[in-house]
Amino acid sequence: MSGRFSEIWVYLATSPLLGLTVTLVAYQAAFWLYSRLKLNPLANPVAISVALLVALLWATGTPYATYFEGAQFVHFLLGPATVALAVPLYANLERLKKTLVPIAGGLAAGSLAAVLSAIGIGWALGASRESLLSLAPKSVTTPIAMGIAEKLGGLPSLTAVLVVATGILGAVLARGTLNLLRIEDHAVRGFAVGVAAHGIGTARAFQVSETMGAFAGLAMGLNGLLTAFLFPLLVRLWGG
Amino acid sequence: MLGALTLLLVYQLAGEAIVQLTGLPVPGPVIGMLLLFLTLLARGGAPGKLRGTSQALLSHLSLLFVPAGVGVMLHFERLGEEWLALAVALVASTVITIGVTALVMRALQR
Repeated sequence: MSGRFSEIWVYLATSPLLGLTVTLVAYQAAFWLYSRLKLNPLANPVAISVALLVALLWATGTPYATYFEGAQFVHFLLGPATVALAVPLYANLERLKKTLVPIAGGLAAGSLAAVLSAIGIGWALGASRESLLSLAPKSVTTPIAMGIAEKLGGLPSLTAVLVVATGILGAVLARGTLNLLRIEDHAVRGFAVGVAAHGIGTARAFQVSETMGAFAGLAMGLNGLLTAFLFPLLVRLWGG
Repeated sequence: MLGALTLLLVYQLAGEAIVQLTGLPVPGPVIGMLLLFLTLLARGGAPGKLRGTSQALLSHLSLLFVPAGVGVMLHFERLGEEWLALAVALVASTVITIGVTALVMRALQR
């Protein structure tokens, strides 16, 4: 019977349908668990889905490339989703104009802090140059970060993993950090989460409040833009 | 829905084309986002269908990170060697970034 099963698995695993379907099923299972645990940040749905899928692929001996043939349809949507960020960015135009100075200052400081602290700490602890280049854009949303890493000699797939890990960490650590600093304003809390932890932080912020989510989304879009333009310059200074 | 999705793809394509033509070190979708933002500014608003489609796409944003996250399995070896440096850098840098952003923003609000 188990021989039959593995025959069927081997056949299905070669078709993109399986990779796509298991991704959607794993995510919905993870999201169900996350809602059952009252949106506890430790039960992050991205982390749980990734763990489920890695376990499944490992147990069945399926290579990542085979899985990705199906999962790429989900991954592809990151491109149009990045373009779509223009819409909430525009919707927050009035708030953006009103709080222009704090937003510009927070963004510039946070964006630099994210890149420099990651490179500095990684370098001090002996990470390789390739890993450092892959690590540097970790606070930026995946499609932008992968694009940056690829253009500068990092490993885009490692960047993707580090970006996702950063997002999960940001979603988990934000509440404690901001409470410790006694930051109560939801606009500031949201913006800080968006700069540090991009889309995963933003998804988390939207679950707490609309204002927090809007500011997180704003921060994610602006930080993506700023890092995409600034980071190549920083690397040129550093490498040259 | 279909029209709005097509529009997003057209902007992404325009962004990719501009990056290829100019050699800008910026990912194509970022230029697409910038172009769409400028279009919305010039138009003075986003059509309802574009708002709906964007919201649908962005409300499942965390799903879109899953395939890339599963890529962790390609890097087990490197992570085995450098995990401490990378883990400390990720945790510390994330806390530092949240703190610096929030503190600078609050200081400038007054």
